[in-house]
Amino acid sequence: MNVEAMHIANGIVNGPVSGAFAALAVLALAVCVWRGRADLDDRLAPMAGLVAAFIFAVQMLNFQVLPGVSGHLLGGTLAAILVGPWVGALCVSTVLVIQCLLFADGGLTALGLNITNMALLGTAAGYLLVAGLLRLLPRTPTGLAATAFVASVASVVISSQGFVLEYWLGGTTRLSLPTISLTMAGVHVLIGIGEGLIAGTTVATVSRVRPDLVYALRRFRAVPRPAAAPTPATVAGGAA
Amino acid sequence: MAGGHAHPLHLARDSAVHRLPAEVKIVAVLLFTVVVVITPRAEFAAFAGYAALLAAVAAAARVPLPWLAKRATIELPFVLLAVALPFAGHGERVTWLGMSLSVDGLYGAWNIFAKGTLGVVASLLLAATTTMRDLILGLDRLRCPRVFTQIATFMLRYMDILADDARRMRIARLSRGYDPRFLWQVKAFAVSVGALFLRAFERGERVYLAMVARGYTGRLPRPEGADASATQWAASALLPAAAAGIAVAAVLR
Repeated sequence: MNVEAMHIANGIVNGPVSGAFAALAVLALAVCVWRGRADLDDRLAPMAGLVAAFIFAVQMLNFQVLPGVSGHLLGGTLAAILVGPWVGALCVSTVLVIQCLLFADGGLTALGLNITNMALLGTAAGYLLVAGLLRLLPRTPTGLAATAFVASVASVVISSQGFVLEYWLGGTTRLSLPTISLTMAGVHVLIGIGEGLIAGTTVATVSRVRPDLVYALRRFRAVPRPAAAPTPATVAGGAA
Repeated sequence: MAGGHAHPLHLARDSAVHRLPAEVKIVAVLLFTVVVVITPRAEFAAFAGYAALLAAVAAAARVPLPWLAKRATIELPFVLLAVALPFAGHGERVTWLGMSLSVDGLYGAWNIFAKGTLGVVASLLLAATTTMRDLILGLDRLRCPRVFTQIATFMLRYMDILADDARRMRIARLSRGYDPRFLWQVKAFAVSVGALFLRAFERGERVYLAMVARGYTGRLPRPEGADASATQWAASALLPAAAAGIAVAAVLR
């Protein structure tokens, strides 16, 4: 059986359940907008855009998981680590809205479902795990990379189970639930490993070179942020 | 730098549909899709009517049908799921060509195929006739929270930066004697992905600070003559209104 290689399309889950999840997504995003506004300062605004663009790019990277089954990355954990849970959920939602409107990826009436799974569940699970793991693991680039890896795998699997829940509530055809659940979980563990590797390497590099950009490390920073930006350690070729 | 902010699904034409403001097109596609999704799945005539409506819009927008058909293949994974349903479904079964098929599964497969395809084609028509910048302006005029449009604007800016920087880094690797083979690219990709992220950020941060210094407050300036006219709203309402008419006629029949 082929499992989704794209976002949920129209007509997979029935109208009332789609509507209910759309309402849930709107409510949750309203909270994110309210909480995220305080976070979105001069430093985080371009970062949020970059994270969204990055997620957009990696979501296009469909990779073959098993013969006939491909999946793409979700990016919720990466967003949560770099820009925090509130703005992170907004980043992933923005990506999903643009993909739905301009790339016909994911149904317009299934937008609430997709946002609930990938933007809300994925980012929330990722952030909670990151916050918990950072208390245990060393707060070094390596520790952060390990955290990103573990949290990515878990958050991708949790996101995929969101689909199972929605399908159970309003699937347009009865299928055996444990089968879907296990297939989705199995496929998404593999996707999660791929996602974890990308998130881990990215976060490790960013925290090594520009630790001031990592939202998840903010709470642990002892000294207040210097007023001026540190000299960029990477060499950007040419002028912008 | 990349020219303009076109996206791969945009089809630059000059047609009445292209000239409509983005916000009226977004609302029309949204309402149309809602009508399609709430139509009961056994109303086959209604779905044929919706397809005819979309064909009319495609003709008005001068979008060739082969172009649409090619891009609609994005839906293929879900169609494959639909093909599996008659075999995996439960309940009453019928025998067809020696295969035992579930009636509920057959209806389910039709449901996913019909509603999925109509939705994808409607979104493709919106994408083909709207540039990314217009779409963000349209969302802004639909009172979408500014945080969203701000993130979307930067996302759009950074996508070009990411693509350009990735290309530059690849050329740099190649010119230093790097010989990419199919699977061997993975290692270079993994090593460079973090560097790509930082380079793109620093490049974009400079642009952002320059924008702030020039008075950017989180919203792009709107072009003059901003709001959509009543005529434009009426023109775009034709699609969802006709679809709703078909749905009501089909259900009452």
